[in-house]
Amino acid sequence: MVIDLDKCTGCGACMVACMAENNVPFKEDESKKLDSITWLRVYRLTNGKSFPDTDICYLPRPCQHCGGKGDHGHSPCVSVCPATATDYSNDTGIVSQIYTRCFGCRYCMAACPYHARYFNWWDPVWPDGMEKYLSPNVSVRMRGIVEKCSFCFHRYQIAMEKAHYEGRGELEENEYQTACTQACPANAITFGDLSNPEHAVYELKKNKNAFRLLERLQTNPKVYYISGREWVRRAGDNYLKDEKK
Amino acid sequence: MDSALIPKGVKRCPTWQFALWIGAAGAVLLWGVVAMLLCWFKGLNQTNMNDSYGFALWIWADLAVIALGGGAFFTGFLRYIVGKDELKNIINYAVLIGFICYSSALLILAIDIGQPLRGWFIFWHANVHSMLTEVAFCLTCYFGVLTIEYVPLILENRQIDKVPFFHRLGHNLHEVMAVFAATGAFLSFFHQGSLGGVPGVLFGRPFAYREGIFIWPWTFFLYTWSAAACGPCFTILITWITEKITKKKLVKQNVIELLAKISGWMIGTYIIAKIIDTWYWAKVTAPSAGFNLMDFYSNNPFYGIWILILEIVICGVVPAVILISEKGRKNPVALMTGIVLAVLGACVNRWVMVLQVMAVPVLSFESWAMYYPSWQEVATTILPVAYGVILISFSYRYLPIFPQEQELNPEA
Repeated sequence: MVIDLDKCTGCGACMVACMAENNVPFKEDESKKLDSITWLRVYRLTNGKSFPDTDICYLPRPCQHCGGKGDHGHSPCVSVCPATATDYSNDTGIVSQIYTRCFGCRYCMAACPYHARYFNWWDPVWPDGMEKYLSPNVSVRMRGIVEKCSFCFHRYQIAMEKAHYEGRGELEENEYQTACTQACPANAITFGDLSNPEHAVYELKKNKNAFRLLERLQTNPKVYYISGREWVRRAGDNYLKDEKK
Repeated sequence: MDSALIPKGVKRCPTWQFALWIGAAGAVLLWGVVAMLLCWFKGLNQTNMNDSYGFALWIWADLAVIALGGGAFFTGFLRYIVGKDELKNIINYAVLIGFICYSSALLILAIDIGQPLRGWFIFWHANVHSMLTEVAFCLTCYFGVLTIEYVPLILENRQIDKVPFFHRLGHNLHEVMAVFAATGAFLSFFHQGSLGGVPGVLFGRPFAYREGIFIWPWTFFLYTWSAAACGPCFTILITWITEKITKKKLVKQNVIELLAKISGWMIGTYIIAKIIDTWYWAKVTAPSAGFNLMDFYSNNPFYGIWILILEIVICGVVPAVILISEKGRKNPVALMTGIVLAVLGACVNRWVMVLQVMAVPVLSFESWAMYYPSWQEVATTILPVAYGVILISFSYRYLPIFPQEQELNPEA
């Protein structure tokens, strides 16, 4: 996934689409954000300067689907889960979460530097009638387990199933797109196979203004960000005082 | 009323006084049980944990009691493997305290996991790459060893001992206890180390992450070392508290001083290793991730550099100096100061490696996360203390825990 931060308006459509697509539960009172579940969270960054030099940037943060050093699947979260409830697929590069196996120790949450993992502190309760609008392709999660962005993996499964019946082993770029990508009105999000030269993301990730979050930690994320603004790129990682990138 | 159960030649308080004492501890226990049931039936929304604080008070309590319960394995190691015979006078109590610490750790873990009924998944779907898996296996096995070590003590109760089978069983268990002590030391080395590995392997958290050797971060060795160093201090501390409450001398001072001396040297060597580890981390590991040392100790309302000084200097160097010097050990006030500081040091280290890890922001645009526990978390953390008080009270009253008690208190 590549996200052009200079295009993102912070409208939040991606967050809404993600919640609706993936049956993400919400609380009756959502004012306390610390235990809210947002698989995709839009951060608001500022350059810290006062008017007229102030500048802001909205940064959507899904799970980064880290491959770890050498892309061997040594993601921060996968390696620590004691019950193999989260796994790294070498086929897709997607970090999965097996809800029925997670027993809620939250070690993966402690390990993830992106805060991309969320615990179900509450039972999912849907307003009367709303359960009819839940997606049948995504299982709802129960209290006491961890969940996170799956890059809409169910869409991948559906697309692969269709391709299989049509006798194909490969997917076209537009056959598998995440809900957030399709919902973004500014086309800020581009999704595809990073290693496939025919996919747009293959070239986009080579953009000179492309960067990933916390690259110094060697988590090797699959989400690239693009911004022409230097302060935004610098916000993507930590630097010592007076250290030049 | 219960005099037939009390060991011969020792004096115990009247039954009504004992009942009152147990009642008070039982009330605290009940409070903890209510909180525990709330967490189990209503879920972890009863806590003040959140998505920034997946690990909080309970994990700290777990790590702390396991470190302090390390007195059992290390005293057993010294007594049975190294051959420090004098320690036979405190080993029973060390085992009992270890048993309480480890059973408490398992209980807290059972409350801490979001789906306690799935707790067995850690064994069934074990991920061999996870430090927590190793912790679970070794912790459970070692709890089994501690149970085997505690059972002969129960069998020494006057009435139980009258049954020939139990008498012989107890005797035979005593005969093979060195095997269990060795097994316990082996298992403890790994699970104490794995607990250190839990934060040490978090390469996404520069405050916790440490380099190491093969698959083991340096914290693996530091945790084992600190548990062996500070665990016996906790045994001495609880012995001292028991002596104050019972108003009796229960273990000869030479035994206490021997254990304190060994602890002192262990703390001394540990703290040198810890200082080297901290220096390397501050100068090399953290800067390579873009962090200066003071980034971890500023811009927040609680975690200042004071906590590092408290852990390493006040609760590390100071107790080491006190306990290593004969003068320090011979002075009762200095001795207990050293002991308390060492215990506090282990607790502060575990606190820092759990709660401060969660507090430090990693993404440059996030800020420090602060946390305070809910009453349910506090009550469930105090629950094991009340349980420990009750188990120690019953064990002290009905079992010959202290072999030197009769000799030290001849008036009884």
